[in-house]
This record gives sequence, C-alpha cells and structure tokens, in this order.
Amino acid sequence: MAVVVCNNLTKRYGKKTALQNVNLNLEPGRIIGLAGPNGSGKTTMIKLMQRMLVPTEGQVLIQGKEPGPETKAVVAYLPDRDFLPDWMKVSALFGLYQSYYADFDRAAAERMIASLGIDQNQTFKKLSKGTREKVQLILTMSRKAQVYLLDEPIAGVDPAARDYIIRTIISNYNPEAMVLISTHLIADIEAVLDEVIFLKEGRIVLHENADDLRTKVSMSVDEYFREVFRC
Amino acid sequence: MKWEFKSGIPIYLQIISLLKMKIAAGELPPGSQVQPVRELAMEAGVNPNTMQRALTQLEQEGLLYTQRTSGRFVTEDKQVLKEMRKSLSEQYVKDLFEALSKIGMNREEIIEAVSSFESTDEKEA
Repeated sequence: MAVVVCNNLTKRYGKKTALQNVNLNLEPGRIIGLAGPNGSGKTTMIKLMQRMLVPTEGQVLIQGKEPGPETKAVVAYLPDRDFLPDWMKVSALFGLYQSYYADFDRAAAERMIASLGIDQNQTFKKLSKGTREKVQLILTMSRKAQVYLLDEPIAGVDPAARDYIIRTIISNYNPEAMVLISTHLIADIEAVLDEVIFLKEGRIVLHENADDLRTKVSMSVDEYFREVFRC
Repeated sequence: MKWEFKSGIPIYLQIISLLKMKIAAGELPPGSQVQPVRELAMEAGVNPNTMQRALTQLEQEGLLYTQRTSGRFVTEDKQVLKEMRKSLSEQYVKDLFEALSKIGMNREEIIEAVSSFESTDEKEA
C-alpha cells in the first residue's frame, strides 16, 4: 500500500501555480528521484508533505493521514538549506534530535560522525559547507523513519562528499521505508533510484521505474532528462 | 573489476554482466560466498533493490545459490561455469567482429588478424 498519496494536489502562490493537479502513489521500500529544473515545484511538493505549506486544492496523505505532528514522527526531512541552530555543537545537535525524535539512533549517528573524523565538540557554524551537509544528512538518516524526504541532498558538494552521501543513504535507510530525493542533478544519483518522477512547471510528466525507462528510451535517465527539459 | 555503468542499459543487466566477469576472472571463485546485498549495493553505488534483482536472476541461471542460513554462494557446477564462460566469450567475439567490420574488414581478414595476433605478454614470455 502506498505510504505517500497525492490527490489532485495543487499549490498556488497568488496567481502563480507552483504545483498543478499532482496525483501520486509512492510505495514503501523504494528510492524515488524527484527530478525537475529549478522552479519546477520540487521543494513545494516536499514542503506540502511536511505541512510547511498548505495545499490550495487537493490533498497529500502520509500513511493515510494529513501531515501533522503524527506524520512528522515517522517522516525524516532534510531541507534544502541549513536548518539547524548553528551556534550549537555537533554533540548538542544529537541531543536535540534525541529529544525530538523517538526513532533517532544516536549511537548510529555518532559512529558515522566519528568515521568521518568530525569533532563532536565543534560548533556547527564553524564546519565547512560540505561537512555541514554531511552532518545534516547523518542526523536525518539516523532516524528509523518510514518516509525520508531529502530535498537536494547533493547540491553543492564535491564528488567525494557526494559518494559518501549516496552510500550513507543506501546503507542507512530502512528497507521498508520510502526515500524521496529531489534533485536537478540526476547523473549523480541515478544508479540508486528505483523510480523517477519528472516534474515540469508544476506537473508530473513522467513517473516510471528507472530500469524500465532505460530500456524504453535506450538512454540513461540523465540523458532522457536533458532531452525532456532541453532549453 | 570496477563498478562502472554505461547509459541506456538497465543497471541490473549491467550488474549481471559485471558479476559474471568477476566469476569468470576468479575474483569470485567457485564456492565462495557473495557479500550481502546491501554491502554489494553500497560498493557498487546502486540501489539495494536493483542489486537484489540482479542476484535473483543469477540464482535463476544457476550461477549463484542460497543456503538459507549462511548466505549466497557461487556455484561449483563446472558445466554451468563453462557455459557462462562460453556465452561471455561469444559476446566479446561478437563485439570484435562488429568493431572490425565497421573499419571495413571482412570475415577472412578478421580471422587472419586474430590468428596472427601475438599478445605482448606472449612475446615477452
């Protein structure tokens, strides 16, 4: 049964339509890429799933429920920008997550931080951009959630950090969970995707199994993406 | 052997060929244990479901087998391994013929070129 369902989900900001009649059923156990150029509605869709935005029309349901405190307890969300109190030490951030989320596995997070050689006593804002992104991802993936919403987790990091991030996602997600990764850089993540969704000007133009798509178009998902979204 | 994927071919099929190459090259010897799905997926940088799909197909082809409690192993069946090598080599020969006919060589010329070819290793030996 689908863990995330969108029914005619529509979001308008004044006259501008960010998301138009989106219908989706996302199944558990899948890693799904949400791809589209900048401004195609990816972040809007994810924010609707977290009730950071309210739909203009239609609805989004997570495990059959409207987003709210109950769903947030099972959804691990990684925003597309720094979101943590940056004056805190890394160890204090662990404490913060532990107190917010019952499913946070602190020991797992500490192991990952140690394996990267990051000093837990360092203040978050003193870390480099790439390291901050890794810490945020580690915090997110250390939750034993049912749904992971990762908004542009690989934007702006170097290739080594990107590989690390991808490995962290593969090795930490719970196989019963659904992972939604938004990106405009498909080539970087396409090998880990079960399914891809193409979003164009707020509408879904494609939702397909990644290997089926490769067979059908004889191209990589990235090549096909470039063709669909050619400027 | 490195995990590298070409575009336009389903990744699970590419994993299957790569694992066959690893078996043929002795990197995964007969009877040896295969790493758990998740570890392999991590190493290859692919989705665990995709890796699972490839391993399942290799099991169906008889190249791998699962022992319920201890994991997944490479077959020791000599006949199966021989056939796998044969089909791999056929693919290489096919690629060779295609490449050489593109540069205008006919069948006889290709066979002649292959039989008169001395690899640098042999020369040194």
